[in-house]
Amino acid sequence: MDAIKFVQEQLAQKKDYPAFRPGDNIVVNYRIVEGNKERIQAFRGDVIQIKGEGATKTFTVRKMSNGVGVERIFPFTSPNIVDIQLLKRGKVRRSRLFYLRGLVGKKARIQERKFIKS
Amino acid sequence: MEAFRLMFLIQNIIIVNGIIGKKIGMTSIFDEAGRNVACTVIEAGPCVVTQVKTEETDGYSAIQMGFGEAKEKNTTKPMLGHFKQAGTTAKSVLAEFRNFNLVPKAIGELVKVEEIFLEGDYVNAIGTSKGKGFQGVVKRHGFSGVNDATHGQHNRQRAPGSIGASSYPSRVFKGMRMAGRTGNQRITVRNLQVLKIFPEQNILLVKGAVPGHKGSIVILEK
Repeated sequence: MDAIKFVQEQLAQKKDYPAFRPGDNIVVNYRIVEGNKERIQAFRGDVIQIKGEGATKTFTVRKMSNGVGVERIFPFTSPNIVDIQLLKRGKVRRSRLFYLRGLVGKKARIQERKFIKS
Repeated sequence: MEAFRLMFLIQNIIIVNGIIGKKIGMTSIFDEAGRNVACTVIEAGPCVVTQVKTEETDGYSAIQMGFGEAKEKNTTKPMLGHFKQAGTTAKSVLAEFRNFNLVPKAIGELVKVEEIFLEGDYVNAIGTSKGKGFQGVVKRHGFSGVNDATHGQHNRQRAPGSIGASSYPSRVFKGMRMAGRTGNQRITVRNLQVLKIFPEQNILLVKGAVPGHKGSIVILEK
C-alpha cells in the first residue's frame, strides 16, 4: 500500500480546488482537445458523489440538459481540469445523492445552505 | 539513464534481461496526453546473482537470481550452502534467465531495475494467476452459454452444450474443454509498457494488469 501511495504522491498533480461537498453546485472548467484545437468547456451541476481516495479520487456532477439528466465523473487529479468554481452550497442529509436521478423539476432542487459553520 | 545503459553495452557486460519482483497493486496515472492510464506497481529487485550456468558445466547458459529475504531457519541446509557460495543471505525466490548474449554479471552481484529496463520499454510479465476454484465453462473457457434458449429447462443457461457425437466416436475426445479448476496457473502477459521507474525505491510501473494477487511474485523479462 505504501508503495502505491508513494507512486501517487510522485505522479499525481496536486491542485487546490475549493472544498466542495455533495449537494454543492459547481462549475468545472474542463479542457477538451479536438484534433489540434483545444477549448475549455464548462460543466455546471450538482455534486452527487465524491468517491475514492488519493490519486484515484473522483467526483460526480449531475446536471439537467434540455430535460435530460447528464452525469460526468471527474478525477480530482485530472490535468484537464482547468479550475472549479463553487457557486452554491447545498443542504443535504446524505453523501450520495442518487435519489436525484428519480426526480425532475422542482422536486430535484437542493436547498441552499446559507449559514456555514466555519 | 540511457547513458547509464550505454556504459554497460560498451563494457560488454550486458547483464540479464529480466528481474524478479513483487506485485504491489494497481493504480492509475495520467500520461502526457492527459489520458488516465491504469498501471500496476511492482517492487522489482534488487536481485542477487546466485549462480551462472554455462554450456560446459550445465549444458545451457543461464543466470540464476534470487529475490526477497527468507528466514534462515526455514531454508534447507543445501540451499543455505548455495546462498553461501554466492555470498548472500537466504532468498525466498530463485529464477533463471536464459536470454543474454554477452558476459554476465558475476556471482553475488546485485542487479537493479534501472540497469535492465528503461521507461518506455516493453516487457513480458510472468506470474501465477489468481486461483478461482472449480469453475464452469463460461468463466473457464469463455463459452457463451445458451443464454435464454433453455427450452424451458431451469438450469441450462450456463451449460456447455454437446461434448461430441454419438455412435461415432462413442467417446469424448481428449482435451475437450470442460468445467474444472481455474486460475492458479503460470501466465505470461506480453508487451507491457514500462511507464515509470523509481530507482531508489526499486519501484516499476507497467501499463495494464499483471497476473496474480497483490504480493505475488512476478518475473519481468524483455
